[in-house]
Amino acid sequence: MSARYLPYILILPVTLFLCIFFLYPFVLVAQQAFSTGNGFTLDNFRNVTGHWKFPISLKNTLLLAAAVVPVQVVLALLMATMVSRMKKGRDMVLYIWTIPLGISDLAAGIIWLAIFEQSGFLNSMLSGLGVIDKPANLLTYQNPWIVFVAIALAEIWRATAIMLVILVAGIGLIPREYYEAAEVFGASPWKRFMRITLPLLRPSLSTALVIRVILAFEVFAVVQAIGGTLFPVLMSETFNYQFELLNGGAAAAIALIILAISIGFTVMILRLLRVPKGATI
Amino acid sequence: MAEIQIKNVAKQFGEYQALHDINLTIADQEFMVLLGASGCGKSTLLRIICGLETATTGEVWIGGRRVDHLAPKDRGISMVFQNYAVFPHLTVFENIGFGLRMQKMSNDEVKRRVERTATLMHIEQLLQRYSGELSGGQRQRVAVARALAMEPDVILMDEPLSNLDALLRMEMRAELKGVLAESKTTAIYVTHDQVEAMSMADRISVMHEGKIVQAASPIEVYRNPAAEFVASFIGNPPMNFLNATPAGDGKWSVAGNVVDGPRANGPLQFAIRPEDMQLSDAGLTATAKVVEPLGAHLLVTCELDGKMFRAVLDSDLTVNPGDALTLAPQADRVRWFDPGTTLAVA
Repeated sequence: MSARYLPYILILPVTLFLCIFFLYPFVLVAQQAFSTGNGFTLDNFRNVTGHWKFPISLKNTLLLAAAVVPVQVVLALLMATMVSRMKKGRDMVLYIWTIPLGISDLAAGIIWLAIFEQSGFLNSMLSGLGVIDKPANLLTYQNPWIVFVAIALAEIWRATAIMLVILVAGIGLIPREYYEAAEVFGASPWKRFMRITLPLLRPSLSTALVIRVILAFEVFAVVQAIGGTLFPVLMSETFNYQFELLNGGAAAAIALIILAISIGFTVMILRLLRVPKGATI
Repeated sequence: MAEIQIKNVAKQFGEYQALHDINLTIADQEFMVLLGASGCGKSTLLRIICGLETATTGEVWIGGRRVDHLAPKDRGISMVFQNYAVFPHLTVFENIGFGLRMQKMSNDEVKRRVERTATLMHIEQLLQRYSGELSGGQRQRVAVARALAMEPDVILMDEPLSNLDALLRMEMRAELKGVLAESKTTAIYVTHDQVEAMSMADRISVMHEGKIVQAASPIEVYRNPAAEFVASFIGNPPMNFLNATPAGDGKWSVAGNVVDGPRANGPLQFAIRPEDMQLSDAGLTATAKVVEPLGAHLLVTCELDGKMFRAVLDSDLTVNPGDALTLAPQADRVRWFDPGTTLAVA
């Protein structure tokens, strides 16, 4: 076998795998989205974006991402800085903090439902302490903000660790000498964080943000468990079109809209956190 | 004025005693080199002076002010790191100006100082580059410029030349010495390279196992080593040692010869530098084992009294392995050491 073809032969299996399991289904979904049975059409897109629930679910999805992601960035940075400064017990703390990652998102949703529902922990605690007379139903359409906060909390609890592990690895890569130099040249701990950690963490930070933002647009199970139909998001609409209304074309169209939004934000994040030309980080 | 005083400084890492009761005074504008093998505590001492490490006991004074409880930035020091620590996300300009910006200096003043030090280090054309676009030598210059831009009382350097290739190291050595002398700062320079130490220092502190064995001028350290360790550590090839037994009345028997020496109770170690011997009719008789013509001179490794014994001879001589050489030590260059305490005996 000639050495010239060897690299291509070696990447053939993974290329085939990607084509069969990713590219082909993707083409099918695109095909489904752009047709209603007779040729190319945008009807599916007009259909879903014209529906009264579309703007609400788009707004909800964006609001949730806007509320959850910044909190998670700050929390993950804080936690990563803490962990990387620990001399003892570092791994244990990291393991404990990443436990939520091992729980399925539906299970995470159910855990937080168990806290917020009428017979849940929060109600029992509040009535036990005498703050309220009798358990109240918090997760109703009269309390949209409580529903929103409960979902946001569940999301923060569930998915901060995914940023944390990326940032911990990133911080570990920054040589200690940079911090020592910054200290000697008069940078306070806060300045060291702002002027050394953050800029040198840019590659990890953009990876973590991209993953997290994409996940935020795909939020579904947690919302479904806590909010049910009270809090429609893009993904739950996709689910409804596919399995309740049995309209595969519309479901595919929403899926592609989610993809477009994700790509848009990914490009934005990569641009925003771009390392200046020539700088090697 | 920035005299540095280190008083009874000791450092313990858990069970390990890295520094034992260090006392050292470095005069204003002096160039002091801390020299020693790796693990001797020289970097630890530097980091204690700098404030990146805290001494277990003892005091550090800079310019008449006790500083060991102060943060590094309040000690009037700046530092050049072994791996330069030139920030990769900042341009050369911002790297040199980093400390000045931290002091909230005005833009004009930052610009003036950065440009002045950059010119001094011959990197004024690199100011807009990033560290990744620089060679090792250029990065080194940026690190020095950054330290000088602070106009510190004391500049600390931790093996700053160890990552450069031999030729560049020699060039930077001379340049650094000139720049520092001109800047009139007190300098402490850590190295394991004795040539660097000899060529740059006003004074060398030779460190061994967490102690300062000798602190003296380069030539003093070379000519009159205070201990066997200094004698064997400094000089390439190192000093030769032979066992000496008392032959009465200040005379000593060394490898079958009787030599004048100190009045002491024996036995002692007789020591002589390889270049302080000449071929002669009378003297120590050694058998040549390896002959290395080095151009400038001839390095002959002999066997004498069952020990390795080196002589640096004139390069015009012809010596072959197996030849019997009679080597006459230059009397005023002979040194004596007590094998018990390993210290020099006068």
